[in-house]
Amino acid sequence: MGRRILLCGLTLFFLCAAGCSAGKKAGDSGNSDREQSELEASENLIVVGVSQIGAESDWRNACTKSIKTSLTRENGFYLIFDDAQQKQENQIKAVRNFILQEVDYIVLCPIVETGWDAVLQEARDAGIPVVVADRQVDVDEDLYTCWVGADFRKEGETAGGWLAEELERQGREDEEIRLVTLQGTVGASAQIGRTEGFARVLKEHENWKMLEMASGDFTQAKGEEVMGEFLKKYDDIDVVICENDNMAFGAVDAIKAAGKTCGPSGEIMVLSFDAVSAAFEAMIDGDINAAFECNPLLGPKIREILDILSSGGTVDKIQYMEETYFDTSMDLENILKTRMY
Amino acid sequence: MSNIKKLTSKRLFLPVFCMLLVMMVNILFDLFSGNFPFSFFTISVRNGVLFGRLIDVLNRGSEIAILAIGMTLVVSSSAGTDISVGSVMSLSAAFCCMLLAGYGVSSANELAVPLIVGVLAGILMGCFCGAINGALVAYLNVQPMVATLILYSAARAVGLLLCNNLIVYVRDDSFKFFGGFCGFIPTPIVIAAICIVVVSLVLKKTALGLYVQSVGINKKASRIAGLNSARIIFLCYVVSGLCAGIAGIVAASRISSADSNNIGLSYELDAILSVALGGNSLGGGKFSLAGSVIGAYTIQAITTTLFAIGVSTDQAPVYKAIIVIIIVAIQATPLKDYFRQRSAKKATLKGGAVR
Repeated sequence: MGRRILLCGLTLFFLCAAGCSAGKKAGDSGNSDREQSELEASENLIVVGVSQIGAESDWRNACTKSIKTSLTRENGFYLIFDDAQQKQENQIKAVRNFILQEVDYIVLCPIVETGWDAVLQEARDAGIPVVVADRQVDVDEDLYTCWVGADFRKEGETAGGWLAEELERQGREDEEIRLVTLQGTVGASAQIGRTEGFARVLKEHENWKMLEMASGDFTQAKGEEVMGEFLKKYDDIDVVICENDNMAFGAVDAIKAAGKTCGPSGEIMVLSFDAVSAAFEAMIDGDINAAFECNPLLGPKIREILDILSSGGTVDKIQYMEETYFDTSMDLENILKTRMY
Repeated sequence: MSNIKKLTSKRLFLPVFCMLLVMMVNILFDLFSGNFPFSFFTISVRNGVLFGRLIDVLNRGSEIAILAIGMTLVVSSSAGTDISVGSVMSLSAAFCCMLLAGYGVSSANELAVPLIVGVLAGILMGCFCGAINGALVAYLNVQPMVATLILYSAARAVGLLLCNNLIVYVRDDSFKFFGGFCGFIPTPIVIAAICIVVVSLVLKKTALGLYVQSVGINKKASRIAGLNSARIIFLCYVVSGLCAGIAGIVAASRISSADSNNIGLSYELDAILSVALGGNSLGGGKFSLAGSVIGAYTIQAITTTLFAIGVSTDQAPVYKAIIVIIIVAIQATPLKDYFRQRSAKKATLKGGAVR
């Protein structure tokens, strides 16, 4: 009997706790709604709803931070930020909420390319311009105002160009160069763009021989496994292209485990994309030769676009971020101090 | 003849046979592509450590083999599966790395706490998760799938929370040991071997193995016979959590970081599969630990074989599925019965004795 009462008591307690937090939440959003409309009326801020994918990587966090620091009240924006926790349905819900709240602009960082037609149509019907950031959306072009993000194809080309220059510098431009590629998750826009971009440069060099390309799913463990297999299959690999930093770390581990050396003073050259701070550390340690940046600091560009739009101007449909690359000939330690991610 | 029969009637014959079958594919492939036919099996010493595809299978299969130990006990005692092990791996790894690096630090070159503290805390976190699962299943009679579903979805998120949504790197060579090399053997192999030996010794030397089976076959009858069924089921889940914790540390050490989003991703499915490939019934009851371990290495052998043959990684699951169907079909009871009946018929037609 006593136990039953205890059980009931516990259940009641949890229910109360859940109720409280739910009630608090409801109150919160009510408050913020009111606050928001008051603010809008008093300060005439531009209200922007941002739907971000989540916080799955350092890159994503840097992107979020950049958006938050650019769209501040001082700059004339009122930012409603929504973290979708890696779920498209959350993003769709967020965009619908933005429409209901009658925001001035919507910024969408889509998690996948497809499935946005209906909700973007709703935004269009409500007359709210949508800026798509980072990944692309696979919908009719009229459904969004513009897209801003990285030019993966160009990143691939830059990598190819860098490799050509570096080989020339070493006096190996006529030698047969044997390459392997650790691709990202097949079908991801970064994988497609980087592979295509590099392939363009590859075609121009007849002495470059791509031995094999395989997917390492953008993860370190998988990258190590695939690279380990490459090393068993092919005796003299000269260059490994890793389509993100994590796979590059895995590749470095695999190369060392196979008793080979990598980096600027090693047998195998390692090229990596993204250039997060861990990649800088690997370059300083002499494990990676070069990293090609994928710029996450979308905030300033988005701010620029929104400013133009709100003053009645028009913007280009596709806007690329400025991106650069880093290699071991640079003063990496000082650059690293200024990097945000 | 009788020797062959004795061999084929052994319980572990089919799992071992399947593993050899998978490896045979490599010999055939190498033969046809003009390579040295046994290149899959050659083990060399490079850089002072063992190197070769067979070592790769043993090395990379360690995590799944460790998970399979716990999974076998869970399946046997509660006739259900622990689908949280992959997420618990990730949580243990995150907790361990968070302690080693210090909270909120994304890259640490020095350890914030002694290595042993971090590692033990990670493993204990695994046990704790196992205890939650076990309490739900054993004492509250929640269905195993539902009970472990909670941590399946929550543990990864808790791990991210602990790591402050960052990938925590621990760049200290002593932490690399668990995923690196112990002498000239990869440490994961040693850890997996220790786990297997310890658990099988405990099961063999004490009556625990028998208890687990008897609870799995009939929980009520075992209780009436004087066993504390609930406690035994609880214990099995704790062991499963412990195994997940150890596997998590190995996985984290391998990449010297806690990548909560990717560590142990869908490993629970591989662990369940290895129990099934080992010829164990997912309905609980009798079990064979060795079978599950062989199953785990079979899965890894399939993956490595597909890599070696050059199947592109995005199509590999299709081939993997086909191979798994074949293996499961070989071990299916109706098929076994069919062959037994056929051979019996043949024997009677010949006029010889059945045996």
